Amino acid sequence: MESKEAAAQLHTIRTLMERSAIYRRALAPIMIYCGGLGLLAGVAGDWLPLHESRRFVVYWAGMAVLALGGTALLIRRQAGKAAEPFWSPPLRRVTQALLPGLMVGAFAGGVVAWLDPYWYECRFLVPVWCILFGLALHAAGFFMPEGLRRFGWLFILVGWLLLAVSVAGELVNLALIQPHWLMAATFGGLHLAYGIYLYFTEPGGKAT
Amino acid sequence: MNPELSLQLDRVIHEKGRLAIMSMLAASAELSFTELRNALNMTDGNLTTHIRTLQEEGFVAVSKSYANHRPLTTCSLSAPGRQAFASYINLLEQIVRQHKPE
Repeated sequence: MESKEAAAQLHTIRTLMERSAIYRRALAPIMIYCGGLGLLAGVAGDWLPLHESRRFVVYWAGMAVLALGGTALLIRRQAGKAAEPFWSPPLRRVTQALLPGLMVGAFAGGVVAWLDPYWYECRFLVPVWCILFGLALHAAGFFMPEGLRRFGWLFILVGWLLLAVSVAGELVNLALIQPHWLMAATFGGLHLAYGIYLYFTEPGGKAT
Repeated sequence: MNPELSLQLDRVIHEKGRLAIMSMLAASAELSFTELRNALNMTDGNLTTHIRTLQEEGFVAVSKSYANHRPLTTCSLSAPGRQAFASYINLLEQIVRQHKPE
């Protein structure tokens, strides 16, 4: 065997090993936590009431930070139980895949907060966030069990549907859907539904 | 240069398909038959044949169970399999090193 051939063989092995090391932490507790938080935040946002564009963006950015922080704690707990490192190579890859979509979403929120449009215009931001979050999940799904990619697609489709409804509503002046309720239904409801599904189907789904 | 190094490579692992299976399993505690098939783009028959060969050599352990009322076949590297894979990698690295200019 030639040296070049051996080097190519080693490169192939390394690539396959990287592809194989997919992220396998139980997602059910994470999804249930994020879903529950999203629902509560939607209800609280409407009840407070935070009916102003800039406050809406800042409030949901805070919820996103809470969701990410809680998720990190749950992952750390699972990694600790399995006596595995928290910041593992698969988690690094998943984070890298999630980042572009999440960052563009944060940028979109920043632009809306800066422009501070009329309150109900925020309903256009929710579908944009849904689509970007779906894209981020879809990218991360290449390093996670396949179901997450389908979940990403669900967010993308729901986002497009909401965008269509919002635009149609704008044209006929009908849709006065509360942005907080839209957030609760999408980021809360979809996560919670998927979390409950995973709780009963995912190997280790009942592990917290 | 030691030309005998390449002769020491394990012939069972050296086959392209089986090497891919061993590489995938080396990075995971276990993988399902479906995950392996999808990741490696192999047919069911091809994958079964390779896994059977590796199993006969004692490199791979296969377990059958049920998940969500559906049969689930999972594969993992056995201790001798992990050792043989590590030796194979070592030999490849030696081949690369011995051809490197001083």
